[in-house]
Amino acid sequence: MRPLDPRLLRRTRAVRPLLAADVALGLCTVVPIVAQAALLARIVATAFAGDPVATRDLVLLALAFAARGALGWAMEVTGRRAAGSVMSELRLGVLARRLRAHPLALDGTGSGELAAVAVQGVDALESHFARSLPQLVLAALVPPAIIAWVAALDLESAIVMALTLPFVPVFMWLIGRASAQRAAERGDALRRLSAQFLDVVRGLPTLRAFGRGSEQAARVADAGDAYRRATLSTLRLAFLSGAVLELAATLGVALVAVTAGVRLADGSLGLQTGLTVLVLAPELYLPLRRLGAEYHASADGLAVAERLLELLDAPPEVPARGRAPAPDPAQVPVRLERVSFAYPARAAPVLADLDLELAPGETVALVGASGAGKSTVAALLAGLLAPTSGRVLAGGVDLATCDPAAWRARVAWVPQHPVLLRASVADNLALGAPRASRAQLRAAARLAGADGVIARLPDGYDTIVGDGGRALSPGERRRIALARALARDTPLLILDEPAADLDPEAVAHVAATIARLGGERTLLVIAHRPELAAGADRVLRLERGAIVPEPLRAAA
Amino acid sequence: MRALLRLAGAPRGRLALAVALGTASIVCAAGLMATAGYLITRAAEQPPILSLTVAIVAVRFFGLARPLARYGERLASHDLALRVLARVRARVLARIEPLAPGELSAYRHGDLLARAVTDVDALQDLHLRGLVPALVAVAASAVTVGASAAVEPAAGAVLAAGLLAAATLPPAVAIGTGRTSARRQAGARGTLTAEIVASLEAAPELAAAGAGSGAEARLAAADRRLVACARRDALGGGLAEALATALTGATVAGVLGAALAAPVDRVEVALLGLLALAAFEAVTPLTAVARTLPSTLGAGARVLALTAARPAVADPPAPAPAPAWPFAVALEDVGARYGDGPDVLGGAALRIEPGERVALVGASGTGKTTAVRLLLRFLDPVAGRVTLAGRDVRELRAADVRAAFAVAAQDAHVFTATIRENVALARPEASDAEIDIALDRAQLGGWVRSLPEGRNTLVGEAGRELSGGQRQRLGLARALLSQAPVLVLDEPTAHLDPPAARAFVHDAMTAAEGRSVLLITHRPEGLELADRVLRLERGRVAALPASAAPAA
Repeated sequence: MRPLDPRLLRRTRAVRPLLAADVALGLCTVVPIVAQAALLARIVATAFAGDPVATRDLVLLALAFAARGALGWAMEVTGRRAAGSVMSELRLGVLARRLRAHPLALDGTGSGELAAVAVQGVDALESHFARSLPQLVLAALVPPAIIAWVAALDLESAIVMALTLPFVPVFMWLIGRASAQRAAERGDALRRLSAQFLDVVRGLPTLRAFGRGSEQAARVADAGDAYRRATLSTLRLAFLSGAVLELAATLGVALVAVTAGVRLADGSLGLQTGLTVLVLAPELYLPLRRLGAEYHASADGLAVAERLLELLDAPPEVPARGRAPAPDPAQVPVRLERVSFAYPARAAPVLADLDLELAPGETVALVGASGAGKSTVAALLAGLLAPTSGRVLAGGVDLATCDPAAWRARVAWVPQHPVLLRASVADNLALGAPRASRAQLRAAARLAGADGVIARLPDGYDTIVGDGGRALSPGERRRIALARALARDTPLLILDEPAADLDPEAVAHVAATIARLGGERTLLVIAHRPELAAGADRVLRLERGAIVPEPLRAAA
Repeated sequence: MRALLRLAGAPRGRLALAVALGTASIVCAAGLMATAGYLITRAAEQPPILSLTVAIVAVRFFGLARPLARYGERLASHDLALRVLARVRARVLARIEPLAPGELSAYRHGDLLARAVTDVDALQDLHLRGLVPALVAVAASAVTVGASAAVEPAAGAVLAAGLLAAATLPPAVAIGTGRTSARRQAGARGTLTAEIVASLEAAPELAAAGAGSGAEARLAAADRRLVACARRDALGGGLAEALATALTGATVAGVLGAALAAPVDRVEVALLGLLALAAFEAVTPLTAVARTLPSTLGAGARVLALTAARPAVADPPAPAPAPAWPFAVALEDVGARYGDGPDVLGGAALRIEPGERVALVGASGTGKTTAVRLLLRFLDPVAGRVTLAGRDVRELRAADVRAAFAVAAQDAHVFTATIRENVALARPEASDAEIDIALDRAQLGGWVRSLPEGRNTLVGEAGRELSGGQRQRLGLARALLSQAPVLVLDEPTAHLDPPAARAFVHDAMTAAEGRSVLLITHRPEGLELADRVLRLERGRVAALPASAAPAA
């Protein structure tokens, strides 16, 4: 078992103080453990000798237990607090990185999954920091301390203990290796089984339509039974190492008891010493055994932290190499030069050696089947992606040498699936133009054909929209997103499917707006529909990652 | 609780075995410490060494038996949990199968179904982390208290009181602190999660608009609230365990005090003290039980709610024989609604003669899918009747009704399985040749043959991704393989672009040959291939002149 990811030590501030506190508290814990044994032995030995036992000793014995409990509590509280701080640091770091360098999340980590790891993951890290890590510290500190103490009392017992003890870490190591692998295999099988069950439940309507519903329960039961039999045969082996570990511990205690008993009988050992050693014997193995039990919690907690650390270290989608000022697309042409792009998860490139130029003030329509790479072109021009090979140029300046933020300030982009933030309509419109006046926002909304939509909302521009706010239809959302882009008044405007989900009237409005903006701004419109392509200066068709000529009539 | 145990019940014998082995394991541990204590104090009287033999043998016996019992218990309880899991899944599936799709539609969104399935899986903890440790605690405590009382009744009484306190107070504290912190943190966690999801989903637009720093500030604020909350609640964690340790100490001191006050043989004092110390292993796990039980019971309650719905349709007591093809199917002035909702259909009439090709168009939400559910008898009408060969479908067995239809639906599920298995579910006994024919007629044969593993290629969530068109064609192949005489195409072109949509409808109509076809769509492509086009509007069906292609 790995105690800690070294990256955690380097990357997060809360871990070092936690380790220091755990070691300090662990050292303190040795005191009540030894005191418990010594007091218990003294009470029994005093009674054995026929002397009156002081009530004070009984009270002290109870207090020693209480002190031990309190120290354990302190370790747990420290661990939980540290887990909270570490998770906070990791999650804010990952989120900042996502927003700055991975806006498109090309690694395929969904927002829901990431949110779950970053928020609920704290539970796993808590049990690692509050349970496993203290046990690890105790396992390292307590056994040597006990053996040292016993050696001072009775060397022979200390030797017996020292001889049995090494079995424990050796088996721990073996168990750790074997059970980590088996647990992973079992976990995989269990997940598959669970996924299969979910698959069947999801497909129930289909199965029923074909009259195959009723036989599924038996199939699921059979799969579960087969899994149980397979699992138990591996568990028989996996638990065996645990049993051997336990055997080492109980036989160690028995051995200490029997050898001490024999020496007591011949008078070479005192009762109080013998009892102290006996009570301390199980304590010797306890932290190691507990550590074994915490193994899974530890692995889960570290997995959460590692997942976040990986995301933190992932290479950026848009490497911010340069600091050069970004050229103005109103003055200079924007060009894709032999651009190829491949998504990390897919082998085949989406774009291959693509050349495309937008002259200042030109309106270009980009058409093509879904999956042809149109949205990728948009993201490259918006500075949200960097090409795998080739260059994106603005007036001859490679965008890779520019400050991405400076370039993005010159481009407005409406994605294929626009998202509204949970905020008022006005705040949503002002997202990229925080200094825009209400009048400017209204003008943008009129231009986008969103003014009618907004007027129908209960609180107009102050209506809260987005997740948890007022529900909007996809078409309404798209019009507000368009208004949001227009409010930024940028020289380059990229509209990805601006007419999807719109009724014919709204499509006509959008087409008119595009026609009005044409000439004023450089426009790239990605469209399925002929109406939108009609007003373009040029229509380009994208097929399998390359531009093919499009006869102009297709637009009409 | 009783309903839950009926759902997640375990075989009695297996449960008893796990509890017996768990009890034996704890009793052996206590026996080891007690006999070792006795051995040492008795030895201090320096008797002849032979008189210690019984104690020495007992110490060794307990030392050996403990790991064996523990090993057995772990195997038995895992076996139990896995048995319960397999049973629960099968029982839940058997109960919800008659509910699909109507009564399960509340679970279609937001992955609620996945959550329900996770809840089902959580029920294995009911035994492993609930019933078994609780029963072991009772049984093992009874043995240690009994042994203690046999030596000295007063010591037994103190131990019983201490065990009772340790079995109840720390779990109560754990539940209390857990509940408080869950309640306090739930809000902060929910807010933070919502903020994270919202800003990640908007991440491309935030980046493009240069508005990322505002989002980061909002995230940081939500994070600060959660961290502050968690810091307060950290004090509750581990409090229960600390209390348990303190109670152990007080009880051991109390037992020793009681033993010293009573006329106990001096060699038995150590036995009583060490027995008491080891006896607490029985009740320690109860704190962990108390921590997991609420969420297990919560999962159980949600699963019971899922399985509690009543099926919308039931077979008649004396079903009529299945009608023989050819026959007409019809909706006769039907009204339909879901539960207490508004009427989706009111007085809708529709008749498909044998071999006829009828298209039903209408905007989304006008009840086209409901019409299909009525025909397949997933739903019964509230007015009018649905007929097959002129007979009300309520007089037939639902299985016979469904056997008349082959459905290729927009939302047809693609299972994580091979292409072959996905198609063959329509007719499991079909040969490979028949499946290839179905794939060919669905115009999927070429693509399937181009795959390295052909029809044995894994598809679905864990397999190869299918495009929208391939998905629809797979559903069509499935429907074509089934020998049902009425082919229902439910929004087959919703995700296709116009040329692909037209090609799909053409291929489907060609492949349908002599079957009746009901094409349900909101798009214009392929309507010219239908014998009649009907429009569904405000719950009623209106005929449409064949020439007038409706707008999309």
